[in-house]
Amino acid sequence: MIEVSGLTVRYGGVTSLDDMSLTFQAGTCGLIGPNGAGKTTFFNVLSGFVRPAAGTVRAFGDDLLAMAHFRRARWGVRRTFQTEQAISELSVFDNVAMVHEHSRLGGSSRRKDVLDAISFVGLDADPDAQVRTLGAGQRRLVEVARAVVGRPKLVLLDEPAAGLPDEETSHLGDVIRRIPEHTQALTILVDHDMSLVSACCETTAVLDFGKLIASGPTAAVLRNDDVIRAYLGVA
Amino acid sequence: MRRRVAVARRPAIIAVLLLFALFGLPALLSLYYIDALTQVAVYSMVAAALGVLAGRVGLISLGQVAVLAVGAWVAARLLFATTQPYPVILVEAGLITMVAGMLIGLPALRLRGLYLALITLMLAGAITVILASLNFPNGGHGFSGYNGALVNIPPIRRPSIASGDPAYYRYSVIIAAIMFLLVLAHIRTRPGRAWAAIRQSEPAALAAGINTTLYKLWALALASFITGVAGGVLAGAVHYLYSIDFPTQNSIILLAVVLMGGVYSLWGAVVAAVLYQFLPALLQNWGVSADWLTILFGIGVLQVLTTAPAGLADQVPKDLAKLGRLLLRLTRRPQPAEPAAAVPTETSGVSGGGGAA
Repeated sequence: MIEVSGLTVRYGGVTSLDDMSLTFQAGTCGLIGPNGAGKTTFFNVLSGFVRPAAGTVRAFGDDLLAMAHFRRARWGVRRTFQTEQAISELSVFDNVAMVHEHSRLGGSSRRKDVLDAISFVGLDADPDAQVRTLGAGQRRLVEVARAVVGRPKLVLLDEPAAGLPDEETSHLGDVIRRIPEHTQALTILVDHDMSLVSACCETTAVLDFGKLIASGPTAAVLRNDDVIRAYLGVA
Repeated sequence: MRRRVAVARRPAIIAVLLLFALFGLPALLSLYYIDALTQVAVYSMVAAALGVLAGRVGLISLGQVAVLAVGAWVAARLLFATTQPYPVILVEAGLITMVAGMLIGLPALRLRGLYLALITLMLAGAITVILASLNFPNGGHGFSGYNGALVNIPPIRRPSIASGDPAYYRYSVIIAAIMFLLVLAHIRTRPGRAWAAIRQSEPAALAAGINTTLYKLWALALASFITGVAGGVLAGAVHYLYSIDFPTQNSIILLAVVLMGGVYSLWGAVVAAVLYQFLPALLQNWGVSADWLTILFGIGVLQVLTTAPAGLADQVPKDLAKLGRLLLRLTRRPQPAEPAAAVPTETSGVSGGGGAA
């Protein structure tokens, strides 16, 4: 469980997150909102790249904001980025193993854990193949494998399906849906693809101009008038 | 399949080349070229160190020759002051240079790209100025070990087992090989993977749990250590050191040749050192001014940056393989008798040719 309270982020005169208070329960939660709503900023706060002006984040009882950014991965925060971050010159195995190497887990289970993660995401590629030789959809799966390897506690997926064809998106959706039961990690999915969000997330929160405007069961949230207005303009 | 065979053969090829460098080359070449090759060994270490920074971590340093000068200074000072065995001096010079290099590299923890390059260039300039006023040790006393009034300046000593030029050349090649192994041991393991992550994207590296500050410092430490050892080898090679031998702009030329040779492979470091030290020796022997090299290197960098980001060490073997396949195809072409089958035979000839090459 992650309890966010009074989280505020300001960039100069712009308030990217405005007094956001929300509790994420176990499972997969969606986080949606128009461009510039503050979704990635929220992820950046959780990853430690952005220092909030106010507010606290308690994750499974620990004060997340008090940890140094690189230690959060060790604690269990994993994320993917909007831009591709799989390391092209390393093999699939090394890409995933590197994350394991810097986690709490020892080296004895590394090979098994890494191969587990690769098979969990359904990556149909030789683990020894260099990532640069893979297709875009496969590289995306490598990133997801990096996010789930070992024992993550919090998996943050930032528009993982952006730019993927429908078939690969639906495969990715299957993978994302299974993350909580496979890893016991709380998963937060940011995406603009509403069918993906409704397929994967039991609950969804909506940000608009840094403010939380709705949260609750996904189906109800997507019918909410404020949400429709935020996305489509004044109804 | 072919790739696996190539990988299995690689250590054997390297061993043969190393043996040839150790025993074949000194027998074939004159002392003039052997001395040039000693310099190649020295600068291949510096190039490998710069390759770690620029190619692996993505930190562009324009101060590597100044770091080399620090290594040479420390080694010379220790060689005059103590009677310690040469390998011990090399390790000490490496370690002291490591500390100095990490201090020079501290801005690298905050800066990248052009700004880091500028800062390292300025710091290199500062070191050059300090060394010019401090002078290199020449057997004098005190901290600097320099005595301007000295008439008979003693040469910087060499190891007793390698006092002659060919022997010292072999000694430098072995030291360089050990340093290359040290780099390889880093690249193939945890730090190498962490550096690859940092080079690709620092935020992503942090998100993967990599302590980017630690690993950048580690890279700086490794590069400075190797450069310091290279400085120690250089001190014995030339016997007399002068601050004018380490002008600041040489760091820029060094970066250019390292880019030309290829920053992603250790072969690139060897190619860079050959370009940087052997080519000038060759030109000098032919009576051509070495100034032409500046132009040549300029064109070379342009060529490499536009057509071969991985440098000549990557491009030349590929092009040679292509040429080999082309020649093979040309020699095989007359074979098929019936013209209808000519096209498919030709394509299968290409892949078969690749296997043979």
